[in-house]
This record gives sequence, structure tokens and C-alpha cells, in this order.
Amino acid sequence: MKHYVFGLALLLPLVGTVAAQEAANPDLVKRGEYLVNAMGCHDCHTPLKMGPNGPEPDMSRGLSGHPQEIKITAPAVVSDPWIGASSATNTAHSGPWGVSFTANLTSDPETGVLRDYTEAQFLQMMRTGRKQGQGRAILPPMPWPPFGKLNDDDLKAIFAYLKQVPPIKNKVPDPIPPKQ
Amino acid sequence: MVRRESGSSTFSRAGMLAAAALLACAIIFAEGQASSHALDTPPRLLSETGLYADAGALVVDPRNLPFSPQYPLWSDSAAKSRWIRLPSGGVIDGSDADAWTFPIGTRFWKEFSFEGHRVETRYMELQANGKWLYASYEWSPDGRDATLAPDRGRRDAFALGHGRFHGIPGTADCKVCHQGGPAEVLGFSTLQLSPAVDAAALHGASGAAGIKLDYLIANGLIKGYERWPSLAPVIEARSKAERLVLGYLHGNCGQCHNSRASLANLGMFLREELLLLPGSVVETIVGKPVKKSAPGQSADATYRIDPGHPERSALLQRLSSRYPALQMPPLGTVLVDDEAVAVVTKWIAELKVKEGQ
Ligand code: HEC
Ligand code: HEC
Ligand code: HEC
Repeated sequence: MKHYVFGLALLLPLVGTVAAQEAANPDLVKRGEYLVNAMGCHDCHTPLKMGPNGPEPDMSRGLSGHPQEIKITAPAVVSDPWIGASSATNTAHSGPWGVSFTANLTSDPETGVLRDYTEAQFLQMMRTGRKQGQGRAILPPMPWPPFGKLNDDDLKAIFAYLKQVPPIKNKVPDPIPPKQ
Repeated sequence: MVRRESGSSTFSRAGMLAAAALLACAIIFAEGQASSHALDTPPRLLSETGLYADAGALVVDPRNLPFSPQYPLWSDSAAKSRWIRLPSGGVIDGSDADAWTFPIGTRFWKEFSFEGHRVETRYMELQANGKWLYASYEWSPDGRDATLAPDRGRRDAFALGHGRFHGIPGTADCKVCHQGGPAEVLGFSTLQLSPAVDAAALHGASGAAGIKLDYLIANGLIKGYERWPSLAPVIEARSKAERLVLGYLHGNCGQCHNSRASLANLGMFLREELLLLPGSVVETIVGKPVKKSAPGQSADATYRIDPGHPERSALLQRLSSRYPALQMPPLGTVLVDDEAVAVVTKWIAELKVKEGQ
């Protein structure tokens, strides 16, 4: 009988994965896709490549974040009045926070950031701007403050869609701290 | 049988809450002064929250009971004073030993001082809608009164030296810690108010001060305590040193790392619960692989606690860091708690290698 708290604990993660798998709900996924396209997630999370008409999102790497082979080792050096810079792929951003790299939002079980997330944590992340809702502050320019104003159903739809985006293996580097 | 029990306790808690809500509305009506402000809108001045009987002289109202959790939260060496005020006739429901429910109208205050100067006083109030209100009041430089801090907090509330500042958390960040577990009230609980105070507890100098469980029981301020396994609970550990480490993790980490809320999927439970078996916290860290390496963590730190090897234990690396992407806890502190690092290091060094593996 003393075990019950533990029993519950073991159940919780399971509930999370079951919910994620059930996200095959086609209407929810469709709405999620619509929102992801309309709200500009690709702008930062899909690398830009040069096309005939200028830079365009490289959909073969859709939502897989900053490409691991593009190595960046230090923040950009800029002069007044500039405070930041972006990489040509628009997946690395330098500013007073150091350098942030956009996350791999695909369903890759190894390198996709959402593998660590439950649906509830995803919602909470968008509301608090913290990793998994409660961890370190999510760095700029991730626009969580406006996204956090979406209602629960819309955020759940985005999560459901992202959980089934085809996996792309791409290990996004850790952020680089600002120069002291 | 096991699961039914947890289900029914949730149910009864919900029921109790509803009943308590009704009851408390009546009480607030009768008492008249508890919540004169609108829902979700804290009073503008600390002196309007009912903390003081004489605001000019800063004399605390004697109906506000002082208390100190035996395993306090480290906040960059801030000295803290805490008070609770129950609505008149209000009784705490302690039947879930690990998550008490409070009567509507309950108020808590926690005052932070650095170098003898009051800097902020944090405030919680259980509103008529059953939701806790969170606010912090920042003290004027002359120390006369404190006004409501901005909703986003204040990053540079007190200079700690070396370009570091104690910051007042924004209300969203209050909830990051306070809503991370089964109970929003964190330091007023069965374990934290045990009369069997852990004399070795870190920063627990004031741990013996203020009211304890026996006071609540003797004054009829709590019900449901017959269900507790002990009226003077002590963390079950294999040594005094281990007990104080577990107490520290409970007070500083357990509000997020527990089995009953959002971060349960990490499978790392640092919250001591009376209904857990002894050793269950240790079980989730000692010899347990890290789920995800954080930026700045060394490559050889593959275990949360690597017995005998503090230098490659991920938990210790995160406790010892204030690099934002690595540090634990992730907010509310900018200075490493050196005493905690020392006791956790020693504890890990003395763990037998075979343990937990
Ligand atoms: C303006 C650029 C930008 C846009 C637009 C953007 N993101 Fe991001 N996003 C980022 C950056 C940069 C990071 C990495 C931040 C960090 O490492 O702290 C990130 C990180 C994330 C993370 C990972 C959080 C974690 O735990 O590390 C998720 C999830 C995410 N974004 C989802 C989205 C979604 C969904 C959208 C569209 C609704 C979106 N982002 C639009 C820049 C952007
Ligand atoms: C405000 C909530 C919060 C508090 C308080 C907190 N943590 Fe964490 N912790 C997190 C989150 C969120 C993660 C997951 C994201 C990450 O790894 O940064 C985490 C991850 C960890 C991990 C990595 C676990 C793994 O296997 O991946 C360790 C170790 C850890 N925390 C230790 C601690 C310690 C020790 C304390 C207390 C000194 C503490 N935490 C306090 C939120 C918190
Ligand atoms: C880093 C996590 C964290 C943050 C952020 C935080 N608290 Fe707390 N708080 C705690 C813990 C842990 C305790 C209990 C231990 C103690 O008091 O030392 C506590 C205790 C309290 C208490 C006494 C009642 C109780 O729960 O024990 C009040 C009142 C309070 N906090 C208000 C606030 C307010 C208001 C904010 C935001 C302005 C806030 N706290 C932010 C962790 C946090």
C-alpha cells in the first residue's frame, strides 16, 4: 500500500507517450500544420538555402533546426547600433545572450528536442519561456511570448503535428554563452 | 487496490476543496477584511495585506504565526522570516500527509533580507476561487514600507557584489516553482514542520523557531493527522550525512523533481514523501544514468550520482554551476551554495561503488 505514489509515478510517463501516439487524430494534426505554417516556425527552424529567387527554406530539412555541420564557435562581433546577427541559414542567432541555435522539432527519437517533452510541458514552455516549462530560460529570438497567447487547443494541435513530422537526424549544438 | 486508493484520495481532495471553498467564502464574509481587494489583484502596499498590526512601527500582527521550514530554500544567503495567517475558524486539511489543503483566505508571507536590509516580502493568498495569488513587495530604501513589485519582477533588487544581483522573480516564475508539485505551499508541510528538527540541516539555523506540527494539532488548526505515519517525521536515511543531503534536495529541488507533477517523466524524484518507501529518492539518482546531458556538463558525467565519484556526478555539476543552461535550480539563485556543494561532494565520495549499480 505504501507503493501507491510510486505506482502513479510509473504511470505518468506512460500516459504521456500514449497521448502522443494517439495524436494521430487527423483533424488535430491538420490544424497543427496550419498553425505551424502560418506562425512562422519554419522561418527559424528550417534552414534557409540559396535558390533561384534568393534564400528559401530547405524543406528537405524541414523543422530540423540549425544544421549540425555548420560550426559556430563564438558570438558575432558587431558595432553600434547593431546588437546581433543571424547566420545565412537563419538558424543561429547572436546577441547579448550569446549564440542560440534553433531546435530540431522533428520526431527524431535521438536528436529531436520534443522527445523529452510531454504535451503539458510543451504548453507550459510556451507560457513560461522555460525549458520543459520549468527549466532554463529559452533564449531569443524564440518568440514564445506571442505563441504563449494561443489557447490550449491550438498549442496541443501544434504539438500533435510536430510529434509526427518526419524524423530528421540532426544534433543541434548547445548554446554559446556571451563573452564576459 | 493500490491504484484505487490514489484515485479516491484525489476525488476526496477535490470534494474537500469545493466544500472548503464554500465554507471559506462564508468565513471571509464574516471576517470582512481578509480579501477586500479584487480577485487576482494583490493590494498595492504590503501594509495592506494584513502582515502588520502597526505598519508604522512594522509590528507583526500577533495572529500571523511565525514558522521556519527545517530544510529551507537557498536564496543566495538571504535571511528569511515567514508567517502564516489562517482565516478565523479555518482548519488545514492534512489528510494527504504530503500535500495539505488550506482553507480559503489563508495567507503566507516570506520576508527576504540581505545584510540586515529588507529587500522583498513575498506573499501568497488562497483566493475565493480556490487559486493561490502570488505577489512580491519590494522595500523602499528607507525600509518604511514595501510596494507591489512589477509583474515581471525586478532583476537587480539587491547588489550581491561581483556584478551579481538578487532578483525578485516575476509572478510567472513564482508558479514555475510553486506549481511544480502536488502542493503549492512548499515550506509549511508535515516534514518541514516536524518537531523532530534535523539539527544538521543546512542554513537551518532558524529551523527550530516558530510553530511546529504539535502547535497546529494542539490548537485544532489541522485535521487528518491521524493518518500520518508519524507526528514527528524524520527522513529515513543510512546516516546523518545522507539525511541532511536528502533534506537539502527536498527543500531545494523537490518542488520540481517529484513523481506527482509535470516533470515526473524525468524519473528523478527528489521530494521526500511520507508515503514513499525509505530509500526511494536515492534510488532515482545513485547509479542512475542521466536522461539528458545539459550544456556545460562534462562528457564523463553520465550518471546523476556516480558513487565514489563526485567529480563526474551530473547532479553535483549542476548544483555547483551558475551557468544558466546548466545550473540547478534553474532560477531564484545566482550564487553557488558552497556549503551544499561541500556536503553533497562528501556524501558522493563516501558512497560505496557497488551501491545502486
Ligand atoms: C524568430 C525565430 C524563431 C521562430 C519564428 C520560432 N522559433 Fe522556436 N526556437 C528559436 C530558437 C533560437 C530556439 C532555441 C532557444 C534556446 O536554445 O534557448 C528555439 C527553440 C524552440 C523549442 C525548443 C525548446 C527547448 O526545450 O529547447 C521549441 C519546442 C520551439 N522552438 C518551437 C517553436 C514553434 C512551435 C514555433 C512556431 C510556432 C517556433 N518555435 C518558432 C527560434 C524561433
Ligand atoms: C524550477 C524547477 C526546478 C528546480 C527547483 C530544480 N530543477 Fe533540476 N531540472 C528542471 C528541469 C526542467 C530539468 C530538465 C531540463 C534540463 O535538464 O535542464 C531538470 C533537470 C535536472 C537534472 C538532469 C536529470 C537528467 O537525468 O537529465 C538534474 C541532475 C537536476 N535537474 C538536478 C537538480 C537539483 C540537484 C536541484 C536542486 C538543487 C534541482 N534540479 C532543482 C527543473 C528544476
Ligand atoms: C526557486 C523556486 C522558487 C521560486 C522562484 C519562488 N519560490 Fe516561494 N518558496 C520556494 C520554496 C522551496 C519555499 C519553501 C522553503 C522556504 O521557504 O525556504 C517557498 C516558500 C514561499 C512562501 C512561504 C509559503 C510556502 O510555500 O512555504 C511564500 C509566501 C512564497 N514562497 C512566495 C513566493 C512568491 C510570491 C514567489 C514569486 C515572487 C516565489 N515564492 C518564488 C520556492 C520558490
